[in-house]
Amino acid sequence: MKPPPFSYHDPETLEQAVELLATLDNAKALAGGQSLMPMLNMRFVLPDHVVDLNRVSELSGIRRNGQTIEIGAMTRQRDLEFSSEIATACPLMSEALTHVGHRQTRNRGTIGGSLCHLDPAAELVCVAAALDAVVEVVGPNGRREIPFAEFPAGYMSPAIDFTELVSRVTFPVWPRETGHAFVEFSRRHGDFAIVSAAAMLLLDGAGRVSRAVLALGGVGAVPLRMHDVEAALIGQAPTAELIRRVSETCRTVEAVGDVYVPASYRQHLACVMSRRALETALSRADRSAAAA
Amino acid sequence: MDSVADTRTIELRVNGKAYSRPAPVRMTLSDFLRHELKLTGTHVGCEHGVCGACTILFDGRSARSCLMLAVQANGHEITTVEGLANGKDMHPLQAALSDHHGLQCGFCTPGMLTTLVELLNDNPSPSAEDVRVAISGNLCRCTGYEGIVAATLDAAQKMRAGAGGRS
Repeated sequence: MKPPPFSYHDPETLEQAVELLATLDNAKALAGGQSLMPMLNMRFVLPDHVVDLNRVSELSGIRRNGQTIEIGAMTRQRDLEFSSEIATACPLMSEALTHVGHRQTRNRGTIGGSLCHLDPAAELVCVAAALDAVVEVVGPNGRREIPFAEFPAGYMSPAIDFTELVSRVTFPVWPRETGHAFVEFSRRHGDFAIVSAAAMLLLDGAGRVSRAVLALGGVGAVPLRMHDVEAALIGQAPTAELIRRVSETCRTVEAVGDVYVPASYRQHLACVMSRRALETALSRADRSAAAA
Repeated sequence: MDSVADTRTIELRVNGKAYSRPAPVRMTLSDFLRHELKLTGTHVGCEHGVCGACTILFDGRSARSCLMLAVQANGHEITTVEGLANGKDMHPLQAALSDHHGLQCGFCTPGMLTTLVELLNDNPSPSAEDVRVAISGNLCRCTGYEGIVAATLDAAQKMRAGAGGRS
Protein backbone atom coordinates (compact mmCIF):
# COMPACT_ATOMS: atom_id res chain seq x y z
CA MET A 1 0.00 0.00 0.00
CA LYS A 2 2.72 2.48 -0.97
CA PRO A 3 2.81 4.53 -4.16
CA PRO A 4 4.99 3.12 -6.96
CA PRO A 5 8.16 5.01 -7.89
CA PHE A 6 7.71 8.13 -10.02
CA SER A 7 9.36 11.44 -10.73
CA TYR A 8 7.69 14.44 -9.16
CA HIS A 9 7.11 17.84 -10.75
CA ASP A 10 5.46 20.80 -9.08
CA PRO A 11 5.04 23.61 -11.61
CA GLU A 12 3.94 27.07 -10.48
CA THR A 13 2.14 28.14 -13.64
CA LEU A 14 -0.45 26.58 -15.93
CA GLU A 15 1.92 27.09 -18.85
CA GLN A 16 4.64 25.05 -17.11
CA ALA A 17 2.12 22.34 -16.18
CA VAL A 18 0.90 22.03 -19.78
CA GLU A 19 4.48 21.95 -21.03
CA LEU A 20 5.33 19.11 -18.62
CA LEU A 21 2.27 17.06 -19.59
CA ALA A 22 3.03 17.58 -23.27
CA THR A 23 6.66 16.48 -23.02
CA LEU A 24 6.75 13.77 -20.34
CA ASP A 25 5.78 10.18 -21.13
CA ASN A 26 3.18 8.48 -18.98
CA ALA A 27 2.57 11.54 -16.80
CA LYS A 28 -0.41 11.97 -14.49
CA ALA A 29 -1.74 15.28 -13.17
CA LEU A 30 -2.26 15.35 -9.39
CA ALA A 31 -5.06 17.65 -8.20
CA GLY A 32 -6.52 17.20 -4.71
CA GLY A 33 -5.30 13.61 -4.58
CA GLN A 34 -8.45 12.16 -3.03
CA SER A 35 -8.83 9.66 -5.88
CA LEU A 36 -5.36 9.52 -7.47
CA MET A 37 -3.54 8.96 -4.16
CA PRO A 38 -5.63 5.87 -3.23
CA MET A 39 -5.11 4.62 -6.79
CA LEU A 40 -1.36 5.13 -6.41
CA ASN A 41 -1.33 3.49 -2.97
CA MET A 42 -3.19 0.50 -4.39
CA ARG A 43 -1.06 0.62 -7.55
CA PHE A 44 -4.04 0.82 -9.84
CA VAL A 45 -2.05 3.49 -11.71
CA LEU A 46 1.68 3.40 -12.40
CA PRO A 47 2.73 6.79 -13.76
CA ASP A 48 6.37 7.56 -14.55
CA HIS A 49 5.77 11.21 -13.71
CA VAL A 50 3.38 12.98 -11.36
CA VAL A 51 2.67 16.62 -12.19
CA ASP A 52 1.35 18.21 -9.00
CA LEU A 53 -0.99 21.14 -9.71
CA ASN A 54 -1.28 22.30 -6.10
CA ARG A 55 1.15 25.20 -6.54
CA VAL A 56 -0.58 26.51 -9.68
CA SER A 57 -2.49 29.27 -7.94
CA GLU A 58 -4.07 30.63 -11.14
CA LEU A 59 -6.19 27.45 -11.28
CA SER A 60 -8.11 28.33 -8.10
CA GLY A 61 -10.97 30.73 -7.62
CA ILE A 62 -14.67 31.40 -7.96
CA ARG A 63 -15.86 34.27 -10.14
CA ARG A 64 -19.38 35.41 -10.97
CA ASN A 65 -19.49 36.70 -14.51
CA GLY A 66 -23.00 37.93 -15.31
CA GLN A 67 -25.20 34.91 -15.86
CA THR A 68 -22.42 32.39 -15.39
CA ILE A 69 -20.18 31.36 -12.55
CA GLU A 70 -16.61 30.37 -13.38
CA ILE A 71 -14.72 27.99 -11.12
CA GLY A 72 -11.00 27.29 -11.39
CA ALA A 73 -10.27 23.58 -11.70
CA MET A 74 -8.15 23.46 -8.53
CA THR A 75 -10.80 25.13 -6.36
CA ARG A 76 -11.26 22.94 -3.28
CA GLN A 77 -14.63 21.34 -2.66
CA ARG A 78 -14.52 22.87 0.80
CA ASP A 79 -14.18 26.37 -0.63
CA LEU A 80 -17.16 25.72 -2.91
CA GLU A 81 -19.17 24.33 0.02
CA PHE A 82 -18.68 27.49 2.09
CA SER A 83 -18.84 30.00 -0.76
CA SER A 84 -21.72 32.47 -0.49
CA GLU A 85 -21.31 33.11 -4.21
CA ILE A 86 -21.97 29.43 -4.95
CA ALA A 87 -24.85 29.29 -2.45
CA THR A 88 -26.53 32.17 -4.30
CA ALA A 89 -25.67 31.35 -7.90
CA CYS A 90 -25.56 27.57 -7.78
CA PRO A 91 -27.45 26.22 -4.74
CA LEU A 92 -27.69 22.78 -6.37
CA MET A 93 -23.91 22.48 -6.06
CA SER A 94 -23.93 23.61 -2.42
CA GLU A 95 -26.46 20.93 -1.59
CA ALA A 96 -24.59 18.25 -3.54
CA LEU A 97 -21.29 19.06 -1.81
CA THR A 98 -22.57 18.02 1.61
CA HIS A 99 -22.70 14.47 0.20
CA VAL A 100 -19.16 14.54 -1.23
CA GLY A 101 -16.95 12.34 0.96
CA HIS A 102 -16.15 13.95 4.30
CA ARG A 103 -14.80 17.24 5.59
CA GLN A 104 -11.25 15.85 5.53
CA THR A 105 -11.52 14.88 1.85
CA ARG A 106 -13.39 18.05 0.79
CA ASN A 107 -10.58 20.12 2.35
CA ARG A 108 -8.27 18.70 -0.35
CA GLY A 109 -10.53 17.48 -3.17
CA THR A 110 -11.05 19.78 -6.14
CA ILE A 111 -13.83 20.28 -8.68
CA GLY A 112 -11.52 19.67 -11.65
CA GLY A 113 -10.15 16.50 -10.10
CA SER A 114 -13.63 15.17 -9.47
CA LEU A 115 -14.78 15.89 -13.04
CA CYS A 116 -11.65 14.32 -14.58
CA HIS A 117 -11.87 11.23 -12.38
CA LEU A 118 -15.46 11.07 -13.67
CA ASP A 119 -16.81 8.50 -11.28
CA PRO A 120 -20.44 8.06 -12.42
CA ALA A 121 -21.54 8.19 -8.76
CA ALA A 122 -19.68 11.46 -8.03
CA GLU A 123 -21.94 14.30 -6.96
CA LEU A 124 -20.12 17.11 -8.79
CA VAL A 125 -20.23 15.08 -12.00
CA CYS A 126 -24.01 14.78 -11.64
CA VAL A 127 -24.30 18.52 -10.97
CA ALA A 128 -22.19 19.35 -14.03
CA ALA A 129 -24.44 17.11 -16.15
CA ALA A 130 -27.60 18.66 -14.70
CA LEU A 131 -26.51 22.24 -15.27
CA ASP A 132 -24.85 21.77 -18.68
CA ALA A 133 -21.52 23.00 -17.38
CA VAL A 134 -18.83 23.95 -19.86
CA VAL A 135 -15.37 22.52 -19.24
CA GLU A 136 -12.38 24.54 -20.42
CA VAL A 137 -9.24 22.51 -21.16
CA VAL A 138 -5.76 23.73 -21.95
CA GLY A 139 -3.22 21.77 -23.97
CA PRO A 140 -0.25 22.27 -26.24
CA ASN A 141 -2.61 23.57 -28.94
CA GLY A 142 -4.24 26.15 -26.70
CA ARG A 143 -7.62 26.35 -25.00
CA ARG A 144 -10.91 24.75 -25.98
CA GLU A 145 -14.31 24.45 -24.37
CA ILE A 146 -16.24 21.19 -24.05
CA PRO A 147 -19.98 21.14 -23.25
CA PHE A 148 -20.42 18.69 -20.39
CA ALA A 149 -22.75 16.50 -22.47
CA GLU A 150 -19.69 15.70 -24.61
CA PHE A 151 -17.20 15.50 -21.73
CA PRO A 152 -17.61 11.82 -20.73
CA ALA A 153 -16.11 9.55 -23.41
CA GLY A 154 -17.03 6.48 -21.39
CA TYR A 155 -16.80 4.99 -17.92
CA MET A 156 -14.42 7.17 -15.87
CA SER A 157 -12.90 8.54 -19.08
CA PRO A 158 -13.12 12.23 -19.92
CA ALA A 159 -12.91 13.18 -23.59
CA ILE A 160 -9.63 15.03 -23.19
CA ASP A 161 -6.15 14.20 -24.41
CA PHE A 162 -3.37 13.02 -22.06
CA THR A 163 -1.58 16.28 -22.78
CA GLU A 164 -4.57 18.42 -21.77
CA LEU A 165 -5.58 19.80 -18.39
CA VAL A 166 -8.98 20.99 -17.22
CA SER A 167 -8.45 24.62 -16.28
CA ARG A 168 -11.92 25.96 -15.54
CA VAL A 169 -15.55 24.90 -15.27
CA THR A 170 -18.35 27.34 -16.07
CA PHE A 171 -21.90 26.91 -14.79
CA PRO A 172 -24.92 28.88 -16.01
CA VAL A 173 -26.80 30.73 -13.26
CA TRP A 174 -30.51 29.90 -13.16
CA PRO A 175 -33.12 32.48 -12.09
CA ARG A 176 -33.51 32.97 -8.35
CA GLU A 177 -37.09 31.58 -8.54
CA THR A 178 -35.84 28.14 -9.61
CA GLY A 179 -36.38 25.21 -7.28
CA HIS A 180 -33.40 22.88 -6.95
CA ALA A 181 -32.78 19.55 -5.23
CA PHE A 182 -29.93 17.09 -4.91
CA VAL A 183 -30.76 13.78 -3.24
CA GLU A 184 -28.91 10.52 -3.06
CA PHE A 185 -29.13 7.06 -1.59
CA SER A 186 -26.04 5.52 -0.03
CA ARG A 187 -25.56 3.05 2.77
CA ARG A 188 -23.68 5.51 4.97
CA HIS A 189 -23.21 9.27 4.92
CA GLY A 190 -20.24 10.11 2.70
CA ASP A 191 -20.22 6.79 0.84
CA PHE A 192 -20.46 6.75 -2.92
CA ALA A 193 -24.06 7.17 -3.97
CA ILE A 194 -25.77 4.04 -5.23
CA VAL A 195 -28.07 6.44 -7.08
CA SER A 196 -28.21 10.23 -6.93
CA ALA A 197 -30.63 12.66 -8.58
CA ALA A 198 -30.35 16.36 -9.34
CA ALA A 199 -33.42 18.36 -10.33
CA MET A 200 -34.13 21.96 -11.32
CA LEU A 201 -37.64 23.31 -11.88
CA LEU A 202 -38.64 26.81 -12.99
CA LEU A 203 -42.32 27.78 -13.11
CA ASP A 204 -44.00 30.42 -15.25
CA GLY A 205 -46.56 32.97 -14.04
CA ALA A 206 -49.37 30.49 -14.55
CA GLY A 207 -47.65 27.91 -12.37
CA ARG A 208 -46.63 25.67 -15.25
CA VAL A 209 -43.14 24.28 -15.69
CA SER A 210 -41.10 26.46 -18.02
CA ARG A 211 -37.69 24.84 -17.53
CA ALA A 212 -36.90 21.41 -16.13
CA VAL A 213 -33.77 19.36 -15.55
CA LEU A 214 -33.34 15.86 -14.18
CA ALA A 215 -29.94 14.14 -14.00
CA LEU A 216 -29.11 10.77 -12.46
CA GLY A 217 -25.76 9.69 -11.05
CA GLY A 218 -24.58 6.19 -10.18
CA VAL A 219 -27.08 4.50 -12.51
CA GLY A 220 -25.04 4.07 -15.68
CA ALA A 221 -21.42 4.21 -16.76
CA VAL A 222 -21.74 7.98 -17.16
CA PRO A 223 -24.14 10.50 -15.57
CA LEU A 224 -27.51 10.48 -17.32
CA ARG A 225 -29.75 13.37 -18.33
CA MET A 226 -33.39 12.25 -18.43
CA HIS A 227 -34.42 14.33 -21.45
CA ASP A 228 -37.76 12.51 -21.87
CA VAL A 229 -38.73 13.35 -18.29
CA GLU A 230 -37.72 16.97 -18.78
CA ALA A 231 -39.79 17.22 -21.99
CA ALA A 232 -42.79 15.60 -20.28
CA LEU A 233 -42.72 18.24 -17.53
CA ILE A 234 -42.29 21.39 -19.62
CA GLY A 235 -45.52 23.29 -20.22
CA GLN A 236 -47.41 21.20 -17.67
CA ALA A 237 -48.86 22.00 -14.28
CA PRO A 238 -46.53 20.08 -11.93
CA THR A 239 -49.03 18.03 -9.97
CA ALA A 240 -48.00 15.26 -7.59
CA GLU A 241 -49.57 12.81 -10.03
CA LEU A 242 -47.49 14.12 -12.95
CA ILE A 243 -44.26 13.93 -10.95
CA ARG A 244 -45.11 10.38 -9.90
CA ARG A 245 -45.84 9.38 -13.48
CA VAL A 246 -42.71 10.89 -15.03
CA SER A 247 -40.51 9.51 -12.25
CA GLU A 248 -41.95 6.06 -12.86
CA THR A 249 -40.53 6.15 -16.41
CA CYS A 250 -37.02 6.20 -14.86
CA ARG A 251 -37.62 2.58 -13.81
CA THR A 252 -36.77 1.47 -17.35
CA VAL A 253 -33.48 3.39 -17.55
CA GLU A 254 -30.51 1.27 -18.57
CA ALA A 255 -28.63 0.57 -15.32
CA VAL A 256 -25.41 -1.17 -14.40
CA GLY A 257 -25.32 -4.02 -11.89
CA ASP A 258 -22.46 -5.17 -9.69
CA VAL A 259 -21.89 -7.74 -6.95
CA TYR A 260 -23.48 -5.47 -4.31
CA VAL A 261 -26.24 -3.75 -6.24
CA PRO A 262 -28.20 -5.46 -9.03
CA ALA A 263 -29.29 -3.31 -11.97
CA SER A 264 -32.97 -3.76 -11.05
CA TYR A 265 -32.33 -2.14 -7.65
CA ARG A 266 -30.61 0.83 -9.29
CA GLN A 267 -33.64 1.17 -11.59
CA HIS A 268 -35.95 1.16 -8.58
CA LEU A 269 -33.79 3.82 -6.87
CA ALA A 270 -33.68 5.86 -10.10
CA CYS A 271 -37.45 6.06 -9.92
CA VAL A 272 -37.61 6.89 -6.19
CA MET A 273 -34.72 9.40 -6.21
CA SER A 274 -36.14 11.15 -9.28
CA ARG A 275 -39.50 11.58 -7.57
CA ARG A 276 -37.93 12.89 -4.35
CA ALA A 277 -35.68 15.31 -6.25
CA LEU A 278 -38.54 16.65 -8.37
CA GLU A 279 -40.88 16.97 -5.37
CA THR A 280 -38.25 18.83 -3.36
CA ALA A 281 -37.35 21.08 -6.28
CA LEU A 282 -41.02 21.88 -6.80
CA SER A 283 -41.51 22.72 -3.13
CA ARG A 284 -38.63 25.21 -3.39
CA ALA A 285 -39.69 26.78 -6.71
CA ASP A 286 -41.13 30.27 -6.35
CA ARG A 287 -44.69 30.04 -7.64
CA SER A 288 -45.15 33.80 -7.52
CA ALA A 289 -42.67 34.26 -10.36
CA ALA A 290 -44.09 36.61 -12.94
CA ALA A 291 -44.64 35.28 -16.44
CA ALA A 292 -42.65 38.21 -17.75
CA MET B 1 15.53 7.55 -15.22
CA ASP B 2 16.33 7.46 -11.52
CA SER B 3 12.80 7.79 -10.22
CA VAL B 4 13.29 5.28 -7.40
CA ALA B 5 16.03 7.45 -6.00
CA ASP B 6 14.07 10.64 -6.61
CA THR B 7 14.24 12.44 -3.27
CA ARG B 8 13.71 15.97 -2.08
CA THR B 9 14.50 17.82 1.09
CA ILE B 10 11.30 18.67 2.88
CA GLU B 11 11.15 21.65 5.19
CA LEU B 12 8.03 21.99 7.27
CA ARG B 13 6.75 22.77 10.74
CA VAL B 14 5.10 20.04 12.77
CA ASN B 15 3.45 20.99 16.05
CA GLY B 16 5.32 24.29 15.98
CA LYS B 17 8.74 22.72 15.50
CA ALA B 18 10.75 23.16 12.29
CA TYR B 19 12.10 20.06 10.56
CA SER B 20 14.22 19.54 7.45
CA ARG B 21 14.56 15.99 6.12
CA PRO B 22 15.18 14.35 2.77
CA ALA B 23 12.48 11.93 1.65
CA PRO B 24 11.62 9.96 -1.48
CA VAL B 25 9.03 11.91 -3.49
CA ARG B 26 6.69 8.95 -3.48
CA MET B 27 6.56 8.77 0.34
CA THR B 28 3.18 9.58 1.83
CA LEU B 29 2.94 12.28 4.47
CA SER B 30 1.71 9.69 7.00
CA ASP B 31 4.81 7.54 6.50
CA PHE B 32 7.04 10.62 6.62
CA LEU B 33 5.59 11.68 9.98
CA ARG B 34 5.91 8.19 11.44
CA HIS B 35 9.15 6.87 9.94
CA GLU B 36 11.23 9.98 9.34
CA LEU B 37 10.07 12.29 12.12
CA LYS B 38 9.25 9.39 14.50
CA LEU B 39 5.91 10.98 15.33
CA THR B 40 4.01 7.72 15.60
CA GLY B 41 0.87 9.25 17.11
CA THR B 42 -0.59 9.54 13.62
CA HIS B 43 -1.95 6.07 12.87
CA VAL B 44 -2.13 4.42 9.48
CA GLY B 45 -5.13 2.22 8.88
CA CYS B 46 -6.49 1.68 5.40
CA GLU B 47 -4.04 3.80 3.38
CA HIS B 48 -6.73 4.72 0.89
CA GLY B 49 -8.60 7.50 2.61
CA VAL B 50 -11.49 5.58 4.13
CA CYS B 51 -10.73 4.99 7.83
CA GLY B 52 -9.65 8.49 8.93
CA ALA B 53 -7.04 7.25 11.46
CA CYS B 54 -4.25 9.23 9.74
CA THR B 55 -6.11 12.56 9.83
CA ILE B 56 -3.81 15.51 10.60
CA LEU B 57 -4.30 19.27 10.39
CA PHE B 58 -2.65 20.72 7.29
CA ASP B 59 -2.42 24.51 7.65
CA GLY B 60 -5.21 24.15 10.22
CA ARG B 61 -7.50 22.06 8.00
CA SER B 62 -8.13 18.37 8.51
CA ALA B 63 -6.70 16.10 5.83
CA ARG B 64 -5.88 12.45 5.28
CA SER B 65 -2.11 12.21 5.59
CA CYS B 66 -2.16 8.89 3.67
CA LEU B 67 -3.59 10.78 0.68
CA MET B 68 -0.83 13.36 0.56
CA LEU B 69 2.78 13.10 -0.45
CA ALA B 70 5.31 14.28 2.11
CA VAL B 71 6.81 16.54 -0.54
CA GLN B 72 3.48 18.39 -0.74
CA ALA B 73 3.92 19.45 2.88
CA ASN B 74 7.10 21.38 2.03
CA GLY B 75 6.70 24.87 3.46
CA HIS B 76 3.49 24.03 5.29
CA GLU B 77 2.35 23.72 8.91
CA ILE B 78 1.17 20.38 10.27
CA THR B 79 -0.52 19.56 13.56
CA THR B 80 -0.61 15.94 14.70
CA VAL B 81 -2.13 14.43 17.82
CA GLU B 82 1.21 15.00 19.59
CA GLY B 83 0.66 18.74 19.22
CA LEU B 84 -2.69 18.95 20.98
CA ALA B 85 -1.68 18.72 24.64
CA ASN B 86 0.04 21.60 26.40
CA GLY B 87 2.89 19.81 28.13
CA LYS B 88 1.28 17.40 30.58
CA ASP B 89 -2.09 19.18 30.35
CA MET B 90 -4.34 17.35 27.96
CA HIS B 91 -6.39 19.26 25.41
CA PRO B 92 -9.99 19.53 26.74
CA LEU B 93 -11.08 17.09 24.03
CA GLN B 94 -8.49 14.55 25.12
CA ALA B 95 -9.58 14.88 28.76
CA ALA B 96 -13.23 14.53 27.77
CA LEU B 97 -12.57 11.40 25.71
CA SER B 98 -10.97 9.89 28.79
CA ASP B 99 -13.90 10.92 31.01
CA HIS B 100 -16.59 9.63 28.63
CA HIS B 101 -15.03 6.34 27.52
CA GLY B 102 -14.44 7.90 24.14
CA LEU B 103 -11.65 5.48 23.35
CA GLN B 104 -10.86 1.87 23.96
CA CYS B 105 -8.06 0.50 21.76
CA GLY B 106 -7.10 4.03 20.73
CA PHE B 107 -6.35 3.30 17.10
CA CYS B 108 -8.88 5.76 15.68
CA THR B 109 -8.30 8.34 18.42
CA PRO B 110 -5.60 10.52 16.76
CA GLY B 111 -7.82 10.98 13.70
CA MET B 112 -10.92 11.58 15.82
CA LEU B 113 -9.08 14.23 17.84
CA THR B 114 -7.66 16.18 14.90
CA THR B 115 -11.01 16.05 13.11
CA LEU B 116 -12.89 17.24 16.19
CA VAL B 117 -10.36 19.99 16.97
CA GLU B 118 -11.13 21.40 13.52
CA LEU B 119 -14.87 21.08 14.19
CA LEU B 120 -14.64 22.97 17.49
CA ASN B 121 -12.44 25.66 15.92
CA ASP B 122 -15.07 26.20 13.20
CA ASN B 123 -18.11 25.69 15.41
CA PRO B 124 -17.67 26.10 19.19
CA SER B 125 -21.30 25.05 19.85
CA PRO B 126 -21.95 21.96 17.73
CA SER B 127 -25.06 19.84 18.04
CA ALA B 128 -24.78 16.07 18.47
CA GLU B 129 -25.75 15.81 14.80
CA ASP B 130 -22.92 18.18 13.81
CA VAL B 131 -20.47 15.97 15.72
CA ARG B 132 -21.77 12.82 14.04
CA VAL B 133 -21.42 14.38 10.59
CA ALA B 134 -17.91 15.60 11.45
CA ILE B 135 -16.73 12.11 12.41
CA SER B 136 -18.59 10.35 9.59
CA GLY B 137 -15.21 9.91 7.91
CA ASN B 138 -13.56 8.32 10.96
CA LEU B 139 -14.11 4.64 11.63
CA CYS B 140 -14.07 3.36 15.20
CA ARG B 141 -14.63 -0.34 15.78
CA CYS B 142 -14.86 -0.45 19.58
CA THR B 143 -16.44 2.47 21.43
CA GLY B 144 -19.60 2.64 19.33
CA TYR B 145 -19.20 6.43 18.86
CA GLU B 146 -21.62 7.38 21.66
CA GLY B 147 -18.81 8.20 24.08
CA ILE B 148 -16.99 10.21 21.42
CA VAL B 149 -20.07 12.33 20.71
CA ALA B 150 -20.74 12.86 24.44
CA ALA B 151 -17.08 13.77 25.03
CA THR B 152 -17.09 16.31 22.20
CA LEU B 153 -20.21 18.04 23.48
CA ASP B 154 -18.75 18.12 26.99
CA ALA B 155 -15.40 19.47 25.76
CA ALA B 156 -17.16 22.11 23.68
CA GLN B 157 -19.11 23.27 26.71
CA LYS B 158 -15.96 23.39 28.88
CA MET B 159 -14.01 25.23 26.18
CA ARG B 160 -16.79 27.80 25.82
CA ALA B 161 -16.89 28.30 29.58
CA GLY B 162 -13.09 28.55 29.66
CA ALA B 163 -12.96 31.08 26.86
CA GLY B 164 -15.69 33.20 28.45
CA GLY B 165 -14.46 32.83 32.03
CA ARG B 166 -10.69 33.11 32.06
CA SER B 167 -9.32 34.48 28.82
